[in-house]
Amino acid sequence: MTWINQVVQGVLLGGYYAVLACGLSLMFGVMRIINLAHGDLVVLAAFIIWLIVEQSGASPFVATLITLPVMALIGWALQRGLLERSLRTGMLVPVLTTFGLAIVLQNAMLQAFGADMRALAPQIGDLAFAGWAIVGEIHVGQLSILIFVAAVLLLGGLHIFLRRTAFGRQIRATAEDADVAELVGVNARATFAAAAALATATTALAGALMAMRAAYDPYSGPVQLIFAFEAVVIGGIGSIWGTLVGGIVLGVAQSLGAQFHAQGFLLAGHAVFLAVLAGRLLVDRIRSGEGLQRTLGLDS
Amino acid sequence: MTQPGIRVTHWTQASSRSVGFVVALLVALIFVPLVAGANTVDRLTTLYLYVILAAMWNALAGYGGLVSVGQQAFVGLGAYAAIKLAAYMSAYPALIIGGLLAGAVSLPISSIVLRLRGGEFAVGMWVVAAIAHLLVILDPTINGETGTSLLALSAFAAETRRAVNYWLSQGAMVVFLGLLFVLLRSRIGAAVQAIRDDEDAAASVGVRVLAIKRLIFVLAAFGCAIAGALWLATAITFQPRTYFGLQWTAYMIFMVIVGGLGRFEGPILGATLFFLVEEIFGAAGVWYLIVLGTTAILFALFAPRGIWGVIEDRYGLRLLPLGYVVSAIDIEGASPPSRTPVRETEGETISSAIKASAQTQLAGSEK
Amino acid sequence: MTMLRVDALDAHHGLLHAVRDVSLEVAEGEILALIGANGAGKTTLLRAIAGAHPPTRGRVLFDGADITMLPAHRRVRKGLALVPEGRRLFSGLTVEENLLVAGAAARPGPWNASTVLEVFPLLRERRHALAANLSGGEQQAAAIGRALMTNPQLLLLDEVSLGLAPVAVETLYRSLQLLIERSTTIVIVEQDLDRALKVSSRIVCLLEGRITLEGRSRDITRNEVTGAYFGLRGAKFAEARVS
Repeated sequence: MTWINQVVQGVLLGGYYAVLACGLSLMFGVMRIINLAHGDLVVLAAFIIWLIVEQSGASPFVATLITLPVMALIGWALQRGLLERSLRTGMLVPVLTTFGLAIVLQNAMLQAFGADMRALAPQIGDLAFAGWAIVGEIHVGQLSILIFVAAVLLLGGLHIFLRRTAFGRQIRATAEDADVAELVGVNARATFAAAAALATATTALAGALMAMRAAYDPYSGPVQLIFAFEAVVIGGIGSIWGTLVGGIVLGVAQSLGAQFHAQGFLLAGHAVFLAVLAGRLLVDRIRSGEGLQRTLGLDS
Repeated sequence: MTQPGIRVTHWTQASSRSVGFVVALLVALIFVPLVAGANTVDRLTTLYLYVILAAMWNALAGYGGLVSVGQQAFVGLGAYAAIKLAAYMSAYPALIIGGLLAGAVSLPISSIVLRLRGGEFAVGMWVVAAIAHLLVILDPTINGETGTSLLALSAFAAETRRAVNYWLSQGAMVVFLGLLFVLLRSRIGAAVQAIRDDEDAAASVGVRVLAIKRLIFVLAAFGCAIAGALWLATAITFQPRTYFGLQWTAYMIFMVIVGGLGRFEGPILGATLFFLVEEIFGAAGVWYLIVLGTTAILFALFAPRGIWGVIEDRYGLRLLPLGYVVSAIDIEGASPPSRTPVRETEGETISSAIKASAQTQLAGSEK
Repeated sequence: MTMLRVDALDAHHGLLHAVRDVSLEVAEGEILALIGANGAGKTTLLRAIAGAHPPTRGRVLFDGADITMLPAHRRVRKGLALVPEGRRLFSGLTVEENLLVAGAAARPGPWNASTVLEVFPLLRERRHALAANLSGGEQQAAAIGRALMTNPQLLLLDEVSLGLAPVAVETLYRSLQLLIERSTTIVIVEQDLDRALKVSSRIVCLLEGRITLEGRSRDITRNEVTGAYFGLRGAKFAEARVS
């Protein structure tokens, strides 16, 4: 029964990872950039929400709504000011600039907010711990359910937006071939900036959920980035529902790993990530007709 | 073997002179511990380790096209392996062997991470560093994040330890810079530069991209692991969080980007600048890192070739006989496939089409 | 009336000087054929006109206005459309989506998804198929249809028959004839000399980035064209044929 409970908790945790990952995935899918500052933007969003709640006494949910456009604006500015320029200079520069940004953000937040751990749990009252007992030992928290529902709604919304709307179509076309998109009248720069705004807006939601379910500090970003990246890679890069699948696989692995050892939570997640990566590379190589010898690197 | 129209040279006058100067300087530096004070010796030891780290990161990013944000994995593992080995042998052999063992870990790691490209490789290495960190704190003798110390080192007198650390660090620096230099001067060097310029084009003319990337990756891992072990020799205490910390990558990126990515001299200049900045401003914590990050971003965006790149562009200066200078005398005779007359100035970066034809000669003209 | 004027244009690909000092004019209603060997600079010239390749020198004027600095998507809004070499459809989008992306910012005009599908009937039943799954002929039709969706005054067609089966080429040119009747101005790059001479009212021949021959299609002999095409002058050309 304990095991089933762990799986259920893992699936629900996967919802959080999906929210965390979808902005990273969108950014990569459209601009081919892996934003190394993604985790730090999530933490920044959490601090902004926390600040609004502290200063005005507003509910964290209202504060999240206010933070959405703020993060969108930051994403837009990031694209126009930093990423656009770095993309022009080749594939290495975006990695360098987003890493630099990560370092700057972490330390700027440390300067602004101090090293204390923060959490929004106290501000959401019962939601933080209330739950329902399903059968026997299986107990699901209201917050976990809320997070999972938010994930499904967010991913579903993104899916419909990209597949069914004119603007979504434009983003997909530009992502595939910006040069040709320009030739049929699409303003590729503006489209990229809008996509970056959208991707970064999701960090507001991720930041809110992160702060509601756990404590965080200015240096929490890298771990969030790693979880998001693992979910994206496990689920398949650029696929929206894939991030949910990836998030769930990661969440279940961590949740089961935690049963074995205190560090098992993190280790099992990393192990699944590496296994998926190695497995996928193996399949790719075998499929592309190269022998098993070469695939395993035995010849070089 | 000379094709009409193109002359390829490695040695320029400036470079022969400067190689002599470098050798003299290195020999002179050997005597520093005998004459200088403790503080100078310690500071120079640190500088040497920075040079190793920067040169290794430059080898990865500047030559292999591999931007790693997880080299701290090897820094930490090098120190960890040294601590473990010190239980079975004297401290100094433990440091060296530990560094080598940790570097060897890069071989299996490379089979997975080198299949990743661009940003994926970067985060992939970050995950590798996170895993290494987690595994190390699972070891009960490390006491989790509290860490431990390389107590065996206290068997040596402080003065001896300081001098030995200095010589080992200088030796390691010379060895790794030398290895890199030899690598770049060999036939592999031409392939490495081809990969740096255009990986797909290099693969299409038969360069074994993966094998060469692996070579660079492994070399860089050894360098970082040895630097990690020697860092432990100077610091004595081992706290996993420090050794596996992201700040190592931040330092390496800063040194290489500011100094000059993809130039041999760049990271040496960058490490020296970084060292001076640290000396002058002190490692003033938060603001220090903010300024470092911002500077790296600005350089990456506005001067991606770094300070050395700017110097090289402006003065055509080349201190070390690396790469090649192609001078075109009369290119009409040796028409490249595009049938475009191209006039080439000395020392300029040249188009890959011409470079491909120059490369075939490079192998011949080297002898 | 002059619709397009290219003024002393130079364009580079890295160190390759692809277009050298090219000046030309296209009048309204005209069909200009641009011919030349591979690497003569035709594609670069078209891309520079469309705004997809920044020229190093010279000017492009459209409807009397200097558009040299305008990004490609703004030129589309002014009525300039390029069907790029190799079709380059958005392969992850359906045929209809490909058309609609181009129609989103269209100028007012006769073309919309249904009129385009009328001119290219073979696309009608394939309109929900992913572009990646189309045959070569269907892809080319879709690429032209996509450009038409922007309601261009001037249509630039780059190598539309390249890699297509002869039947598909015939079908394509029959559809193009319809466009010509609707009085669209067209600049076409075509490898098939006979076809180029037949459909066009005027031809311009490029050799290594320079214009080597220019004239009305019906006044120009095939020999003159071949000579300009390979860079051989009259006498030399005769000699070359003998040997």
